[in-house]
Amino acid sequence: MEIERTSLPGIGLQHVFMTARGRRVGIVSHHSGRRDVVIFDRDDPDSAATTIVLTAEEAGAAGELLGTARVVERLTELHRQVEGLVSEQVPIIAGSPYDGRPLGDTRARTRTGASIVAVVRGGDVVASPRPDFVFRAGDIVLVVGTADGTAAVAALLGTG
Amino acid sequence: MHSAIQLIELGAIILGLGLLGAVAVRFSVSPIPLYLLAGLAFGSGGVLPLTTSEEFVSVGAEVGVILLLFTLGLEYTADELVTTLRTSAPVGLSDLILNATPGVAAALLLGWGPVAAVALGGITYVTSSGITAKVMGDLGRLGNRETPSVLSVLVFEDLAMAAYLPILTALLAGAGLLGGGLALLAAGATISVILFVALRHGGIVQRFVASPSREVLLLKVLGLTVLVAGLAQQLQVSAAVGAFLVGIALSGPLAHDARQLLSPLRDLFAAVFFVFFGLHTDPADLPPVAGIAAALAIAGVATKLATGWVAARRAGVGPAGRLRAGTALVPRGEFSIVVAGLAVGAGTNPRLGPLAAAYVLILAIAGPLLARSADSLARAVAMAAGRRA
Repeated sequence: MEIERTSLPGIGLQHVFMTARGRRVGIVSHHSGRRDVVIFDRDDPDSAATTIVLTAEEAGAAGELLGTARVVERLTELHRQVEGLVSEQVPIIAGSPYDGRPLGDTRARTRTGASIVAVVRGGDVVASPRPDFVFRAGDIVLVVGTADGTAAVAALLGTG
Repeated sequence: MHSAIQLIELGAIILGLGLLGAVAVRFSVSPIPLYLLAGLAFGSGGVLPLTTSEEFVSVGAEVGVILLLFTLGLEYTADELVTTLRTSAPVGLSDLILNATPGVAAALLLGWGPVAAVALGGITYVTSSGITAKVMGDLGRLGNRETPSVLSVLVFEDLAMAAYLPILTALLAGAGLLGGGLALLAAGATISVILFVALRHGGIVQRFVASPSREVLLLKVLGLTVLVAGLAQQLQVSAAVGAFLVGIALSGPLAHDARQLLSPLRDLFAAVFFVFFGLHTDPADLPPVAGIAAALAIAGVATKLATGWVAARRAGVGPAGRLRAGTALVPRGEFSIVVAGLAVGAGTNPRLGPLAAAYVLILAIAGPLLARSADSLARAVAMAAGRRA
């Protein structure tokens, strides 16, 4: 994708690109933080058909939304590409043999082939927990692997 | 009791300007012509002549010019100026020649002499960057492809003013050709030094002025600007140019803060400046120069259309965009009045003031209207061309 950059003395900067479907889109970045999203006219490619004015805050939020959507898209893509890959959420119930024991003790990857990629505890997400991470009852463990592998991890965490 | 009357008059003027400003906002036109009309009404020979607040208004008007140029300088960084000078010198020069010529020629034909000719050339030359920027913003044209060309013409004009004002000041002081040349050299040297400092050592100025307190920042920036403007005036370089250069030397977040702090002051004193100019123009002097003003206005529209056409074509913009660029450049305003104010203050031809007032009144109103109808004009032209073909 080619982005054309032009300086607007006294105002700021302008970036313009052409979408795959043939629309010219521009972003005017004002020194003040204001951002204008400009959609160019189909008939007169020099002039703006619509201009959307965003405050600095709105522009930040919009940028994040556009970016986040891409991350989600990529994840979906990944799932589609790796046929047969599933993710499962396994709770650590009270009485589980691993309540109070570190993750390393489960030797989950060696024994089942599935990986523990995250743990949700009280609303917080611990991504890529280390082997010395100690489980507690109430934790939700996110496991990724084959269907058999994740089921084996669930059994392991439930009964040992 | 004297001061009570002064306060009453001052309050009435500012309140009146506020009401006129509201009218301008309501109809989304530039308030400049309305302020001028208010000045005409309050001045000698007007409907409501003022007597006592003359002194305040006259100092306020000077501060107004300084702040106008200072905030203009704030808009640009030294980098932008140098880049524009390098890339759009041909367009800028054709803009200068095309638009100054009608003014110079008219003054010479009327037998007003060479000094008045230089002044009138300046009056017909400069586009009002304030009105133009506002019109382009209002019409949602900031993203358009012709906009960078229009902006670089404006930047070039502002730089040209930095060289022109000192020359004019020297000529008006009766310095003659040699004195004018010397003034140009002095101005050139001053501008180079300030641009150099701004480009290489901008940090020093920034550090000196910077302060976490808005109050301190306001006082430091305002004080520095007025002080440098005064020194520049003392060196015969023109106060306005000194202020413009201080504005350029400030950049980055500091410029943003300074703009926010000083814009309200600029609005107040600039309004006072326009009123002051109107005050010194007798409405009875307007009708005799109306014909010349109208002729110059028509020429001024044509020459700016040509400038915009050339500038936008260079950027590879189509005919409709070229017409939009031309119409955007038509408005004349604050700087024409600044030039006229200098000339009238120095006692050139007494008809220059009313002529400039009439000229600005016409183009400050007609310019934005033309800019608004540029696209329908372009369609009409295209259809006419199609019929002929």
